Amino acid sequence: MLDALKDELLSLVNAAADLPALDEVRVNALGKKGRITGFMKELGGLSPEERKERGQALNALKDEIAAALDARKADLASAHMKARLEAERLDITLPVRPEAEGRIHPITQTMDEMVAIFAEMGFAVAEGPDIEDDFHNFTALNFPPGHPARDMHDTFYLPDNGDKKMLLRTHTSPVQVRTMLNQKPPIRIIAPGRTYRSDYDMTHTPMFHQIEGLVIDEATNMGHLKGCLVEFCRAFFDVDDLPLRFRPSFFPFTEPSAEVDIGCSRKGGELKLGNYGDWLEILGCGMVHPNVLEACGIDSTKYQGFAFGMGVERVAMLKYGIPDLRTFFEADLRWLKHYGFVPLDIPNIAQGLTR
Amino acid sequence: MKFTLSWLKDHLDTGATLDQITEKLTALGLEVEGIHDRSKELAPFHVAYVVSAEKHPDADKLRVLMVDTGTKTLQVVCGAPNARAGMKGVFAAEGAYIPGSDITLKKGVIRGVESNGMMCSKRELKLSDEHDGIIELPDDAPVGASFADYAGLNDPVIDINLTPDRADCAGVRGIARDLAAAGLGTLKPQTEGRLDATPVAGSFPSPIGVTIEAPDACPLYVGRTIRGVRNGPSPQWMQDKLTAIGLRPISALVDITNYITFDLSRPLHVFDADKVKGGIVVRMAREGETLAALNGKEYALDPAMTVIADHERAEALAGIVGGEPSGCTESTTTLFLEAAIFDTVRTAQTGRRLGVESDARYRLERGVDPAAVVSGVERATRLILEICGGEASELVIAGSEPQWRRTLTLRPGRVKTLGGVDLDQDRQIRILTDLGFTIESEDDNGSLHVGVPSWRADVHGEADLVEEVLRVHGFDAIPATPLPRETVLTRPALTLKQRRVAQARRTLAARGLSEAVTWSFLASPVAALFGATNEGLRLVNPISSDLDVMRPSVLPNLIQAAGRNADRGYADVRLFEVGAAFRSPTPDGQDTVAAGIRAGAAVPRHWSEKARAVDLYDAKADALAVLEAAGAPTANLQATTDAPGWYHPGRSGVLRLGPTVMARFGEIHPSVLDTLGVKGPVVGFEVLLDAVPLPKKKGGTAKPMVQLSAFQPVERDFAFVVGQEVEADKILRAVKSADKALVKDVAVFDVYQGPGVGEGRKSVAVSVTYQPTTATLTDEAIEAVGQKVVAAVIKATGGNLRT
Repeated sequence: MLDALKDELLSLVNAAADLPALDEVRVNALGKKGRITGFMKELGGLSPEERKERGQALNALKDEIAAALDARKADLASAHMKARLEAERLDITLPVRPEAEGRIHPITQTMDEMVAIFAEMGFAVAEGPDIEDDFHNFTALNFPPGHPARDMHDTFYLPDNGDKKMLLRTHTSPVQVRTMLNQKPPIRIIAPGRTYRSDYDMTHTPMFHQIEGLVIDEATNMGHLKGCLVEFCRAFFDVDDLPLRFRPSFFPFTEPSAEVDIGCSRKGGELKLGNYGDWLEILGCGMVHPNVLEACGIDSTKYQGFAFGMGVERVAMLKYGIPDLRTFFEADLRWLKHYGFVPLDIPNIAQGLTR
Repeated sequence: MKFTLSWLKDHLDTGATLDQITEKLTALGLEVEGIHDRSKELAPFHVAYVVSAEKHPDADKLRVLMVDTGTKTLQVVCGAPNARAGMKGVFAAEGAYIPGSDITLKKGVIRGVESNGMMCSKRELKLSDEHDGIIELPDDAPVGASFADYAGLNDPVIDINLTPDRADCAGVRGIARDLAAAGLGTLKPQTEGRLDATPVAGSFPSPIGVTIEAPDACPLYVGRTIRGVRNGPSPQWMQDKLTAIGLRPISALVDITNYITFDLSRPLHVFDADKVKGGIVVRMAREGETLAALNGKEYALDPAMTVIADHERAEALAGIVGGEPSGCTESTTTLFLEAAIFDTVRTAQTGRRLGVESDARYRLERGVDPAAVVSGVERATRLILEICGGEASELVIAGSEPQWRRTLTLRPGRVKTLGGVDLDQDRQIRILTDLGFTIESEDDNGSLHVGVPSWRADVHGEADLVEEVLRVHGFDAIPATPLPRETVLTRPALTLKQRRVAQARRTLAARGLSEAVTWSFLASPVAALFGATNEGLRLVNPISSDLDVMRPSVLPNLIQAAGRNADRGYADVRLFEVGAAFRSPTPDGQDTVAAGIRAGAAVPRHWSEKARAVDLYDAKADALAVLEAAGAPTANLQATTDAPGWYHPGRSGVLRLGPTVMARFGEIHPSVLDTLGVKGPVVGFEVLLDAVPLPKKKGGTAKPMVQLSAFQPVERDFAFVVGQEVEADKILRAVKSADKALVKDVAVFDVYQGPGVGEGRKSVAVSVTYQPTTATLTDEAIEAVGQKVVAAVIKATGGNLRT
């Protein structure tokens, strides 16, 4: 009799088309008023032997039906999930939602790279105002009034401020002056910033950027200047054997003064940096002139040091192959996207400066 | 400064090659900018003889020549109309590079006839633009000879970029002296031939006298009359030198002055003595005086300018340019020769103000040798007498040689301690004396007392002496020494303030804005739209009227850039710039501002999202992000509606902490956009990074302890109906203040105006989060705090709970 019940219940389980139907089968068989439960209730009226035998048989049936229910439930759930997933299918080839991509300007990136390198050599970043007076831009830097070297700088002037001749700084060197006036040696700073000269053609813009370096202590000599700049140029341009050539030159604020060339090749109209026999000028430098130290209140018989300055756009153009200086300032989105840098590409020595 | 190799060899006895010389010049600080070595370029070209010329069998305009090149006879096809038998010309064999046509010759077959080279035109040799036919040489031209040698084109021209300190090297002799000191030969004495500067005895007193009325402007004036001269063309050697460096030969007298100017850096002037009225007076120009100059221009003079005058009028601008009326001509028979020293500053200023560039000014404003004025006159006199004949007067000397003698001290170790290179003292002394310095004496401690030569006005101190020694010894010989580390680990290079500026940039770029760098100046009418009022920020000499005033704000440049990008077809613009905005022309009158704009679509058309134009909330979000990155207490900032006039008055705001304005944001005023010709809407922001307070210095790097509640937060929504004018901020603040301990967060999730809330009113729906910290919230507690929230909002806004 139990066998017949079993066959009937199992066939009901297998016939259940969905989870509610299956649950109905479960209640019918195993619920409080279920058929197996009903037989269980009758056990009390049987003799102990009969009860034992019948009880075992009923328990076995109950387990078997429960297992069948579980199995059927899993099958149904799996089929249900499968149908749902099929219904939820999307076109994965559709383009994603637009995300704006910003870029860091090559001037910023280049200056950040320079700061990263000079930071390793113990330089701190100093800044100064774009609008300067004649004293900080010229006089303190040993440009005597009327000196032809002032002619070399096509200076933008602003109206005089009282007895001060106001101008847009023609170089970042006034930051040297401000630093020395405010700080006792030893000094080791770099000063990146905007500079201005009244010149506008293929290779000159009325505004450009320079980075200035200044080291003042009791012992720094021209050998250190060479050492510092050799390290810098090789790290910045990422050319291990990049040769540097120091040529005597003239700047009012340094003595001795030098211009620095780096090795390159111009073969086939293509500029390549490295040890190829040709030279390209990239910066000016020298030992700080005693007159400058004195003008800034530093004892030139005790302290000495070097200074250097270079054009940021120029080295950025060299490093990144940017052909036209004027395009730096046009804010053309296509140019920025092409020559700009992704924001998380923050230059540091640990990760390397060149991608 | 240009000169030729043979000119240099007039002064320098040397066996060095051109390459050695130019390399050494650059190493000495006389940077070679260019070498035009025509002998190199013309090396493949030789004098050749055309033995025969037959018509090409297959072309009317071509001829087949047999050319004797001196070594063999070759067949050449030639198209020149003047090619004929018996002529001499210039031949290039196969393999020769033709500079004028930028080709390398190959053996060719032209219409079936073999051609083994080319007869050249002047244009092909880059000698002129002439290309009507091939070069014809005189019959006596030696066949097979180098054409460059034959034609005197074998003198390389060297162009050096002279630094302003090296006035002495504005003359060939100074350059020769440097090279000799550097071991590249010996300097020839000025005692014979062209260099002879020994005094000429005058045979009569000069009828023209000299009076210096402005001794500050002219300390020394030396002159002399020379009569009975014949002013024809100058000799070929002089013309060749002048032509090679780009000067046009004019007449012997003028050429001699130009030659001495370049040879000795000793500018001279010659007056036609018959046109000088009375005598020579050196004085300041008179108000209203004019000068018709030799360069064909007329100059208006003023009392700051020095002139050489006669008793009637100004005849020359001292040290800059001579006057036409008193200039020498072909018919000049008596001349007055001038050599003087003029104040360098006045010379430079006058030249700059009048815009006159001249070879004399170039030298006199740098400073000429004060001890070589007389010898310059003597040398010129000798050349004039030799070339033009005549008879020289005694010298006229007015004023006196300025004091130039000075002695400097060079400590023995200074070349090492400043220059970084160990050099024994004998070598140092040798370099200095070769350069013309004198060793006056030596201290007990080894310090040298060094006399500076008259031509080195640029040498003033010990550092200059070190430079002289180093540059002749060679900067290459200075060993590169690593900069010693001051600390084992380097300290940060940036201050906190500088780091914030860097963070602002990277934050904005990460938010999708691209960084621009634009001019610090702009057009004044545009600046006026952005609040510019300080006249001290207007450039005195702007490069153009578009760039005539310092920018009061970074925004206008960015807005205009947006317009340019839109014109190019890119209307969705996101740009920022971090840089200075100027308030006043003082060191603290500039602010570091992070500004940005967004224009066009904030969300472009896309299958998944609704397109949306930019609005003020985009700009506000940018401003808040920058402030957050800069460390501003963004949660405590108030938003007020008093943004400056370049913003839309109803769609802009200011983020402030009490009286301190930290940022402005909003839609750019439509009329500003109209004026700038930019299509709107454009939204923008300006964050005043300098206004963000730096944190108070506290010990340690530890952050405050975090409090993480173990109890479930509860979220409840409320909708309030308030007057249309009530700002959301008022509601949010009221909610927060209702129970500061429990209310953790409040957000606006809906703002509604329309049917159901009444005219002039709006519904603002907020979601409030309660965060219990001591026990799970009971229903009663939730109910109680809800009532407090409602009461607080009603009290603050006069509104009511939406039902």
